[in-house]
Amino acid sequence: MNSAAPAGLSSPLPRHSEAIAGTAHDPDERGYFGRFGGRWLPEALVGALDEVAEAWRKARRDPSFLAELDRLARDYAGRPSPVWPADRLTAQVGGARILLKREDLNHTGSHKINNVLGQALLAQLMGKTRIIAETGAGQHGVATATAAALLGLDCTIYMGRVDTERQALNVARMRLLGAEVVSVATGSATLKDAINEAFRDWVATVDHTFYLFGTVGGPHPFPVIVRDLQRIIGLEARAQVLEQTGRLPDAVAACVGGGSNAIGIFHAFLDDPDVRLVGLEAGGDGVETGRHAATISGGSVGVLHGARSFLLQDADGQVIESHSISAGLDYPGVGPEHSHLADIRRAEYRPITDTQAMEALATLARTEGIIPAVESAHAVAGGIDLARELGPDGIVLINISGRGDKDMETAMRWFGLGEPDQHQDPPDGLPVPPAGTAEGEPAR
Amino acid sequence: MSTPTTADQTGTGRLAELFARTRAEGRAALVGYLPAGYPDPATSRRLFAAMVEGGCDLVEVGLPFSDPVLDGPVIQAAAQTALAAGWHTRDVFDLVGSVTRAGGQAVVMTYFNPVLAYGADAFARDLAAVGGAGVITPDLIVDEADEWTAAAEAHGVAPIFLVAPSSPTERIARTTAATRGFLYAASVMGVTGGRDQVGAGAADLVARCRAVTDLPIGVGLGVRTAEQAAQIAGFADAVIVGSAFVQAAGPDGTDVEGVRRLATELARGVRAASA
Ligand SMILES: Cc1ncc(COP(=O)(O)O)c(C=O)c1O
Repeated sequence: MNSAAPAGLSSPLPRHSEAIAGTAHDPDERGYFGRFGGRWLPEALVGALDEVAEAWRKARRDPSFLAELDRLARDYAGRPSPVWPADRLTAQVGGARILLKREDLNHTGSHKINNVLGQALLAQLMGKTRIIAETGAGQHGVATATAAALLGLDCTIYMGRVDTERQALNVARMRLLGAEVVSVATGSATLKDAINEAFRDWVATVDHTFYLFGTVGGPHPFPVIVRDLQRIIGLEARAQVLEQTGRLPDAVAACVGGGSNAIGIFHAFLDDPDVRLVGLEAGGDGVETGRHAATISGGSVGVLHGARSFLLQDADGQVIESHSISAGLDYPGVGPEHSHLADIRRAEYRPITDTQAMEALATLARTEGIIPAVESAHAVAGGIDLARELGPDGIVLINISGRGDKDMETAMRWFGLGEPDQHQDPPDGLPVPPAGTAEGEPAR
Repeated sequence: MSTPTTADQTGTGRLAELFARTRAEGRAALVGYLPAGYPDPATSRRLFAAMVEGGCDLVEVGLPFSDPVLDGPVIQAAAQTALAAGWHTRDVFDLVGSVTRAGGQAVVMTYFNPVLAYGADAFARDLAAVGGAGVITPDLIVDEADEWTAAAEAHGVAPIFLVAPSSPTERIARTTAATRGFLYAASVMGVTGGRDQVGAGAADLVARCRAVTDLPIGVGLGVRTAEQAAQIAGFADAVIVGSAFVQAAGPDGTDVEGVRRLATELARGVRAASA
């Protein structure tokens, strides 16, 4: 037993550059993971995608690019992020030992910076002067605006109007960082519409603009580039868990919007068949209600935003609006590699409702003093379930993809924290939503 | 019909005949686009009829889609209106049938996910059954199109692909090899919507296409005036107009006469050019 292992590590953790060297799980040259992926988008963008793919192929082997990426990851973003043994949460749950991978401690507050620094450097290497991005919760937008400020690039962020309203703090952060934020009112006015708008921008600006995609979705090569840049999460965590516990975890839990933080932490364990990989999708009001964003649990195969993957769609192939309290998970698509992992049963995907996520958010806050992002709270809820299922001998690793500062408005509404008389919690120590919890989700 | 009995009566064959006729008349064909079911099913039929009567040689029936990445705000809004009015994919066959029964020629323009959901083979079959000549697929690139081209071929419906100013010659060659009926050349790097100037790149793109194919070439994206139509007719085989027709239908989409007028003007435009 080496659960009391010293804080100092016996061997250095992997560096960011090691995560992008290519893996045995790369897609084929057309960008297919099994039957998922590819390029389902206008011909006009093929040239730009080829250019990005070629630049990435070279950058992956370019020592000065890799050295600069490592420097930024360490000295700017604060890597490595720690793994924290959540002993009080473990005790309260009464099941498997729970460990937390702390991506919330990265600069800008989430895992998104891992991807953004790499792609922004790539944009610079390609001679692009402007970057554009979509954002849901605003975390990818904030990370992109941050990298643009750091590297002196022009930056435009597309964000659905519903999201600019529920994530107003992040809109202010992006603007302060010098980015232009475009509020997209078309369609369902959420992340999917922001992506449509970013593609419309890109098709007209490809000569000088780089589309900095935020998750492991979209057309090839985005799913593989973003995956490569997020793999550092799992490479570090695998070493850290081994160091702290002397063995691999029994299960790894992560939330899945497009799926970048999940693929990032899963990937290092793909070849460890005894490690269960569990993606937690946004169950919204419950998959059975139809008001959810659980793409794999409740969707079917189709093409959207450049990839063949699971999708929320009606019988006519029209994309259905997703619903989630979490802006970052409120997306009717999912990255193709996740669809493949589900297909081959290497990973499992489960829905977590808004209510379950918010309860888990409060539980983590009160047991560990860590307020996770609402997105990450889905992973916490799923991880707690897994800890109960595995029992005391097990180990569960949960990816805390981001911090909850941006979600304080949502939490205030859900828990009634702003009410003058709110001073006591119910006996079980968990705050409960006030009557009429629909309030937790902003009106559309 | 003066068609010889030996004529190819597939959609591909009818498009060939259409372009043979416009070439014989020394002019480009006029292709008019509107989103199907806009603003409602009944009015939509009248708008398409007005395009044909006004002088469109071919109409493009746009299948409304929730996520039209290659469309600008005008067509996006119209498609959303059609969807809100209760549009279903199967409705496209009634609409196409109404055009062909009245003596017009129609192709469908659709993003690919609705076709996948309907079933590629079933879509081609049902379109052929109502006389639809082809399908333009703006977000389907030739690399992903094997299943679709096989289905289209099997039912004699022309698969019509797009090329863009950014397409290298090698991709133009591969795309044209899979295309039947006519090739759709995007005049600019951008989305649909009227522009004051149609990209100078359009003539260059058409020339690059001519080097690798004998297919008729239609130019679209951004065309809205008779002058632009005349200019494009000088180097292309078809002039494709979309957003301008939506605007001609007025803010509520009911101005049938406005659509007829625009078709008449543009039809004059494609006849004014001489290459
Ligand atoms: C903290 C956090 N976690 C997760 C996500 C979901 O994205 P992904 O599934 O790509 O990790 C977001 C997206 O905004 C986020 O901000």
